[in-house]
Amino acid sequence: MRYLMSIMSDPESEAGTQEPEPEIYEAMAAYNEEMAKSGVLLAGEGLAPTSEGAEVVFRDGEATVVDGPFTEAKEFIAGYWVIQVSSHAEAVEWAKRCPHPPKGDPTRMKLQLRRIGELEDMDNMSEELKERERVLREQTEG
Amino acid sequence: MTRQVEAVWRIESARLIATLTRMVGDVGSAEEFAQDALVTALEKWPDEGVPRSPGAWLTTVAKRRILDRWRRDERFRERTSELGREVADRDGQAEFDAVLEEDYGDDLLKLMFVCCHPVLSTEARIALTLRLLGGLTTDEIARAFLVPESTVAQRIVRAKRRLAQKRVPFEVPSGADRDARLADVLEVLYLVFNEGYTATSGEGWLRPELCEEAMRLGRVIAGLMPKEPEVHGLIALMELQASRFRARVGADGAPVTLAEQDRSRWDRLLIQRGLVALEGSIPVDPARPRGVYSLQAGIAAKHATARTAEDTDWREITVLYEALARRTGSPVVELNRAVAVSMALGPGVALGIVDALRDSGALDGYHLLPAVRADLLQRLGRGEQARTEYERAADLTRNESERALLLERARSAVGSEI
Repeated sequence: MRYLMSIMSDPESEAGTQEPEPEIYEAMAAYNEEMAKSGVLLAGEGLAPTSEGAEVVFRDGEATVVDGPFTEAKEFIAGYWVIQVSSHAEAVEWAKRCPHPPKGDPTRMKLQLRRIGELEDMDNMSEELKERERVLREQTEG
Repeated sequence: MTRQVEAVWRIESARLIATLTRMVGDVGSAEEFAQDALVTALEKWPDEGVPRSPGAWLTTVAKRRILDRWRRDERFRERTSELGREVADRDGQAEFDAVLEEDYGDDLLKLMFVCCHPVLSTEARIALTLRLLGGLTTDEIARAFLVPESTVAQRIVRAKRRLAQKRVPFEVPSGADRDARLADVLEVLYLVFNEGYTATSGEGWLRPELCEEAMRLGRVIAGLMPKEPEVHGLIALMELQASRFRARVGADGAPVTLAEQDRSRWDRLLIQRGLVALEGSIPVDPARPRGVYSLQAGIAAKHATARTAEDTDWREITVLYEALARRTGSPVVELNRAVAVSMALGPGVALGIVDALRDSGALDGYHLLPAVRADLLQRLGRGEQARTEYERAADLTRNESERALLLERARSAVGSEI
């Protein structure tokens, strides 16, 4: 199963964001390497500030474009990873290993985990269908 | 709490066992020490909480056990590796720590080669790999392969015993047999992947899980051996094949052939990853032939990048099948090449290849030979002959639903000629 792991931000923390310290970059790089070495990291990107983004809102057939920064939003995604894990608990375990503010540092940091929908179809497939599919696959793909 | 401990185990167990194997010399006792540490964790963590570095915690507990045993058990001391003895003789905790803190990557790679060692049967290699490298429980492996748990447990016990008896060294093979040994490792992963992919039987989540585990372990090896093109070839092949998972079944639950699949349901992330891996699978040295996984991945990529079935680059696929047939000498590959040729150049040319295969007798008794031949004859408008071939194929298959499908085609073959 795959999870989208997002690191969340909000207007306040985005406004106050300074360039992170080199140690933070290093810790994040080590974290990413760790997930890559373990074969769980499929994709990931950090996102530019919301001032470079836009929101497109549809209402009554009309599209309204609101350019960033997202001052109205409570929170938004600042970066994401796509990880492949064997269980919900494993996804949580990886999230907990993300570099974070140390004890005593009041800065709040939040990661959000969402399972990516996939493969559910397989569960509803009967044995007979699986067999037929195997046959067809042999013939169509070799 | 148990789930959390299980998750930690999934993440940490392979490198823990790999590191401990270096200490004690054999995977069997290494796994016992690792399991001991896990049991301790299950006792302590519910009360004390999960430590900040659970992997380091488990390693420390395991190495204390090893040191204890060293001190009181002479036979154990004799059995353990030279390196282990050396460290223990000096009995310096600091040295012990130093050994453990070295890069674990090498150990993990060695563990992979040991689990897929040629002294073991294929089944044993698979079971051991999933258990020691995948961190799967015996029960999970048994459910995934639809065999009793006791069978898997026995396979693992015997495999460990055999590795110890044969004194299989804990090392990455070098020299002449290196390529062959790497091929063994990759084969095990591909077998695991196929067990999940073909999904001939069995229920639920463990099947796709097997594919994912094979892909994950492939990525782990790729990280450890980034310069081996075939490792990337295997990853590319698995990711490109897995990208079609969602599209293989229609809304009504019926299987969908490659040509008829809704390509928008293909997994773009996996395709993209597969294509990147495919690039890495082509040897930099032009004198080095492209590997069999790379070639198969190349074929899968041609399908993955065709916007519609009609856009498929069958000529290029034909070229890749030719190379694959040369590399493998396999008549089954040759039959697949014939199918590709029929799409690229028409059924007439393909029939020549299939007839040559039939005359060679290499595929006698293989139902797909007459099945493919029937399809070509039908497309050539020779419905009566097609019917006979479909019936022959139906006779040869041992699979009921397949037989039904072939007989249905036999009936429609005659119809098409009228």
